[in-house]
Amino acid sequence: MAHIKIDENRCKTCYLCIETCPKGLIKKSNRVNKLGEYTVEFVDEKKECIGCAMCAMRCPDVAIVEVHK
Amino acid sequence: MLVFETPKSFKKDFRYSFCKGCDHGIAIRLVAELIDELGLKEKTILTTSIGCSVTMYDFMDLDCIEAPHGRALAVATGVKRACPDKFVFTYQGDGDFASIGLAESMHAALRGESLTAICINNTTYGMTGGQLGPTTMMGQITTTSPMGRNREYYGYPIHIAEQIAMCDGTAYSARVSLDSVPNIRKAKAAIKKAFEAQLKGLGLGFVEILSTCPTNWNMTPSEAHEHVKNNMTKTFPLGIYKDVTEE
Repeated sequence: MAHIKIDENRCKTCYLCIETCPKGLIKKSNRVNKLGEYTVEFVDEKKECIGCAMCAMRCPDVAIVEVHK
Repeated sequence: MLVFETPKSFKKDFRYSFCKGCDHGIAIRLVAELIDELGLKEKTILTTSIGCSVTMYDFMDLDCIEAPHGRALAVATGVKRACPDKFVFTYQGDGDFASIGLAESMHAALRGESLTAICINNTTYGMTGGQLGPTTMMGQITTTSPMGRNREYYGYPIHIAEQIAMCDGTAYSARVSLDSVPNIRKAKAAIKKAFEAQLKGLGLGFVEILSTCPTNWNMTPSEAHEHVKNNMTKTFPLGIYKDVTEE
């Protein structure tokens, strides 16, 4: 099953992944990091992710550590 | 099936110290991926000098050497001539490569050293606070050009990829951008070519990478990438300016 793994310690909340995901599966979460900014989370209730890895390609901080297809 | 994972050439538990939205992170990841793919980790010596780019050796699990400001290619030349079996590349910013180190960079290309040079062009001096650099675009406002860059006072920006392509010793020279996923993939292909130019001993492989500096441009990460796409690529056209790796 296609899914991604996000490392919240590396995420700097630039939100470029939110714009990049063609299916809109990455969203702002309710959790905050050390700087008080909302980290991102992967929400895929309808199993839409195809594992294209565009989010991981785009992420400037290698915070998307794994993409499974 | 695992289709993407953190490259093995990174240190364990690294965390970039760059500002959010900075494309240095992507450029370093592409280099790390290629070092993994080409199996170069054990024979690589990375040379950096000064600027945001220098922090690369904090994140990479590679042998590194630190050069004086702008002199990365001069130091890399010494390393390569002493150890010709090693894979030596430099990772520099535009101020480092094309302002302070222009003579060293240009002469390394003219000598046709078997090296790879990667230059990140973000049109400003990022680490020192956003001053006018050699690649600052006409009209661009920086901390030392508050009315914008003009011809009368500051002159014109340098087009590094074109200048390096004009040197006879250059085997590969290209300008790529990291503003979108297709361009990131093209950037990786260009860096691979520049690595191969060295591995085949053809001469200098050079890649200029258009990058963002959201902090010093006073933009959000998203706006900064739009700026690269809409404005920077007009001043600095993307493309391959020299490629003798196929011949």
